[in-house]
Amino acid sequence: MPKSNKPIVWGLFAAGGTVTAFITPVLVVLTLLAAAGHVPDLLTYDRLHAFAAHWIGKAVLFGIVFLSLWHAAHRLRITLHDFGIRGDALVAVVVYLFAAAGSVASAVTLLRI
Amino acid sequence: MSRRPYVREMPTTHWFLRQPRYLRYMAREVTCVFIGAYAVLLVIALARLAEGREAYEGFLRALGSTAGIAFQVVVLAFALYHTVSWFSVTPKAMPIQRGEEFVPGGVIIGAHYAGWIALSIVVLVLAGVL
Repeated sequence: MPKSNKPIVWGLFAAGGTVTAFITPVLVVLTLLAAAGHVPDLLTYDRLHAFAAHWIGKAVLFGIVFLSLWHAAHRLRITLHDFGIRGDALVAVVVYLFAAAGSVASAVTLLRI
Repeated sequence: MSRRPYVREMPTTHWFLRQPRYLRYMAREVTCVFIGAYAVLLVIALARLAEGREAYEGFLRALGSTAGIAFQVVVLAFALYHTVSWFSVTPKAMPIQRGEEFVPGGVIIGAHYAGWIALSIVVLVLAGVL
């Protein structure tokens, strides 16, 4: 175990914050278009399946999901403290486990495609 | 006479309602809930995609329900707030030095906005929207 794992935790948080700042708004626009009945080409079953079947597509999708989850988990940990919730050790375990579970689930799913 | 140190009163659960700048800080931090919730939606989307055409198309229909659209509109609002607040601290988070001088914050922030707009257009083109 390193002396402190803070650089890793914070580094992933910052990477996730940057990736989500750049990509999440346009992704939501794409899914909103699909929701409104104008499904973008990329989000049709055939195209998205083909994208996720390629290793580059898998890497992109996993990267977005993993970094989003990690960013959210770490910031939520800090924010819960700001809301007056104490017991950081338990909070940390819960939020990081949640992020890890979501990441593993998406990795396993992507490998099935 | 005993010393009576001044203890500033600070409510632990709603301190951020006291000042607009605290509230803006909290709004910035709370964006993570929506970034996380949307990531969960993406995990579900991948699971449906792996299940097959019918499951995935059912997922798209669920996205189009009133609740699905409302959820995404709220996520979009918080995601945009995250983008703006994230870019606004980039000069502090990663100052760039050129010789003796630091690159002005406005240039760093502006470069992020330019990159963001360019990437968004590329994604829209790749997705077949534009």
